[in-house]
Amino acid sequence: METPIIPPELESYWQQLDCGFKQVQPIFAHTMPEALAAFSPEGLQQYLDSARFLGKMGHGAEPIMLFMANMPATAKIVGEETVAPIMACVKVMWKSPNGKAIPPFLQNLHAVAASLQSAEQMRHYLDLVLDFMDRSTGSVHGIHKTFASPGLPDFLAQAPLILTMLSLEGLRNWIEYGVRYYNHHPERQIEYFTLKSADSRAVLQRERHGTLLVNNERKLDLYMRALWQDPELLIPYSLAFDKQDKAQPYFDALGIRLPDVYDDANGVTGMTRYRAALAHIAAHRRWSRSIIADNFSPFQRNAIEILEDSRVEFLAMREYPGLRATFMALHPVPAEDAVDYAHESGIRHRLAMLSRAILDPNHPYKNPHIIDCARRFNLVMAADDSSTAAMADIGISFIVKSRMQNDSASKIHFTDTEVDYRDDNRHLWQFIEEGDEEETYSDAPAEAKQEEIVGLPPRHYPEWDYSNSSYRPDWASVYERVHPSGNPADIDALLAKHAGLAKRLKKMLDLLKPQDKVRIRYQEEGSELDLDVAIRSLIDYKSGAQPDPRINMSHRNDGRNIAVMVLVDLSESLNQKAAGCNQTILELSQEALAILSWAVAQLGDPFAIAGFHSNTRHDVRYLHIKGFSEEWDDAVKGRIAGMEAEYSTRMGAAMRHAGHYLGQQQADKKLLLVLTDGEPADIDSHDGKLLIQDAHMAVQELDQQGIYSYCINLDPKADEYVADIFGKHYTIVDKVEQLPERLPELFISLTK
Amino acid sequence: MTNIEQYKVTKQPFYQAQGDEVELYEAAYKARLPVMVKGPTGCGKSRFVEYMAWKLNKPLITVACNEDMTASDLVGRYLLDANGTRWLDGPLTTAARIGAICYLDEIVEARQDTTVVIHPLTDHRRTLPLDKKGELIEAHPDFQLVISYNPGYQSLMKDLKQSTKQRFTGFDFDYPNAATEAQILSAETGIEVELAAKLVKIGAVARNLKGHGLDEGISTRLLVYAATLIKGGVAPRAACRMALVRPITDDADIRDTLDHAIDATFA
Repeated sequence: METPIIPPELESYWQQLDCGFKQVQPIFAHTMPEALAAFSPEGLQQYLDSARFLGKMGHGAEPIMLFMANMPATAKIVGEETVAPIMACVKVMWKSPNGKAIPPFLQNLHAVAASLQSAEQMRHYLDLVLDFMDRSTGSVHGIHKTFASPGLPDFLAQAPLILTMLSLEGLRNWIEYGVRYYNHHPERQIEYFTLKSADSRAVLQRERHGTLLVNNERKLDLYMRALWQDPELLIPYSLAFDKQDKAQPYFDALGIRLPDVYDDANGVTGMTRYRAALAHIAAHRRWSRSIIADNFSPFQRNAIEILEDSRVEFLAMREYPGLRATFMALHPVPAEDAVDYAHESGIRHRLAMLSRAILDPNHPYKNPHIIDCARRFNLVMAADDSSTAAMADIGISFIVKSRMQNDSASKIHFTDTEVDYRDDNRHLWQFIEEGDEEETYSDAPAEAKQEEIVGLPPRHYPEWDYSNSSYRPDWASVYERVHPSGNPADIDALLAKHAGLAKRLKKMLDLLKPQDKVRIRYQEEGSELDLDVAIRSLIDYKSGAQPDPRINMSHRNDGRNIAVMVLVDLSESLNQKAAGCNQTILELSQEALAILSWAVAQLGDPFAIAGFHSNTRHDVRYLHIKGFSEEWDDAVKGRIAGMEAEYSTRMGAAMRHAGHYLGQQQADKKLLLVLTDGEPADIDSHDGKLLIQDAHMAVQELDQQGIYSYCINLDPKADEYVADIFGKHYTIVDKVEQLPERLPELFISLTK
Repeated sequence: MTNIEQYKVTKQPFYQAQGDEVELYEAAYKARLPVMVKGPTGCGKSRFVEYMAWKLNKPLITVACNEDMTASDLVGRYLLDANGTRWLDGPLTTAARIGAICYLDEIVEARQDTTVVIHPLTDHRRTLPLDKKGELIEAHPDFQLVISYNPGYQSLMKDLKQSTKQRFTGFDFDYPNAATEAQILSAETGIEVELAAKLVKIGAVARNLKGHGLDEGISTRLLVYAATLIKGGVAPRAACRMALVRPITDDADIRDTLDHAIDATFA
């Protein structure tokens, strides 16, 4: 046996490990000293026992190698008492069909521990993993678990990345969502837990901590406009899904790009970090001029960028002194002796120290080059005519003077050198020659595909899941299109048929007096005496002038201010014949709508009609019949005449979309009338209660927007569910053939 | 007879000229041309008129116009009396009789048909007919008419008739430039110029938001209020929030932005 790899002092531990895999030896030799430092004697014993078990459990050498590579560092962060629960977790995986999940679990222990930072948090994480595994592992007959959890290995591989964005609470919600909705769909579950599906990303965004750009766009726009007079489009980019590429903010001809979310950092709120990044960019836009890059080496360019950053910040702080505190808090303070000059290049480190030294007059640095360069910088700035070119001079001389032998080493010291609120300075450089540093693309873009746009792009609405008490983000896709037309003459014929009804309605409409009172002065006859005018007339009379006889005033009602939207269910069931008559419900609905539209046109209220039906959540159709600004004319009549019924009833999404239009109306009262013949249902929803609860939620949302929803239901059995959705705001029309009469009457009584 | 002394401006009002408006006004007064002063709220229109009255040593009669004002509120009316009725001159009539400068502040607030009564006084006739009394007043040689209005915030409905507009010479006022405004704050309240410059900077920040959620920026008058509070011992940030931000907006985003501007300005 040749075992020279194991040093003699570790030999006894190797014996304890009793491991037959040769490839473990180098790892053992490499990590054992670290383990000796990290564990107490008892802990070490436990560690070796655990490793021994992993080596013998029949999954090859990989588990034990990963364990030895990660556990000591993990224990250093979260304590050695976590070894036991971690091993317990591994054993559960080992006994279940989820053996494949053990390597990614062990692999990421260290990274997970780095995010969690405490033994207690680590225990919660392990509980989460076990719970997830338990619920997603399938069984055939309900007793023995036989199918491995499809998402678990992928989830464990993603865990460190996700934990950088979510708290444990958020992680729990994210897992919960994936397990709940994709438990019976292995491929989708894998997509979800590898962050490939849109849902997964949407839920992740919802659960994220920090300040989101989208929520604060207006504030930041006002900030740019007010403090910098430089309004510009703000475009978010995401840091979440690509860990390697940590893009910095930047700006180009299209706008300013900022991260989509900022966590609080160093006691600075996310909002202030956004403002700091914007202040830096605004300062560049105001004071920086681009210079020719070709004349400088990469190091020189780095130095010039750092100095130019410092210069524009100096000028910005002169403008707004309060910025200094923010910049100081966000700028890293690299420790002067942090660099291991034997192995790594200190170039970035030196420049970061320079930048700090310029920003912070009480900096701790002793390096004479840095002190000298900061002094030169301040001299130039004091002269009040600084420029990018002046920074270039200082930068070049700094690089020359402070040059060190291993600046060009391939390994660069990065710790504490990134100033994350600063942009990437791409605007600073002009390239004359196409260098080998950039990739060059041909200017002509590939032939743009001419896709014909059919209808409007979909709008996505969330759906309420009552069992989980949460929204499914962007769940239903609503496609809006104009309803195909029929023959408007049909509607005129219908109206003629109901001439008697129209006459009765007209009387009721005339009684619908608008509410607001307006004073009319200077009336010879009126309801009250106008005292001012009366006294004036009396004086005129006494002084012998012609008095004004218009001394009364009266009131006029004005301004009926109601916007109405009628949302018509156009699902398949409307094609049935109504009980007790030979017309279909659809035909009766057409008649009712025609008369209602006529009646509302008489009153002059803003009024719109739309129909809806759905074919799964991916295709909810919202059919435009009459818009608020359209007149009651042949185009609208044609669309009512052309009404057709098909598919199912996903009411909540349609109501939210209708509410979106109604909400934009400027009216005191907003009324959404929903005309339907049955309960909300769709073929992809198996739980009957779900869409009912979602519609109820939609009613509450609309109520918050000041929209009053009211349901006219044609289903005799509607009592079972309609109150769950609309509360008391509903009417059931039992005799459907009366609908043409009842609908306008209902409308009139509602808006009295 | 009317006591002219009560209309005199006895103490010199502080006014910082922004350009040659003082000389131009003097020239207009020399020819007794009617003057119109336009500009945003709180930029110093009324202060300017007051200052000119003091400088020319003429009485000044100010009328704050409003929607319920009628022509007889300007010209005068009969009042009931124990013996019947008695005539009382309105402010415009008084000014025409005694030779004062009559200043109609925010003239567009009055209804358009009301303002027509000033027409005969503003052209070559310089007369004011009192039709109810049956008298025609020849304006005193020193009489001059000055009107002011803010073209920004009034609605479409509130504008001057062309026939009214074209009887006046005009001054367009705006907020003074930063250096002048700082001097004004300093002279008016006695705070240091550096502090005044910071207040002016916050004012400029808010003026950038005009039309983006703010109807008007922070006026010089509000800046003076803030400076007064600071002079009275209030901490600068608190004074700015109270005098500059809270009065002008209820919009949370704008308030937040302006609060941030205050923090950024006072390190």
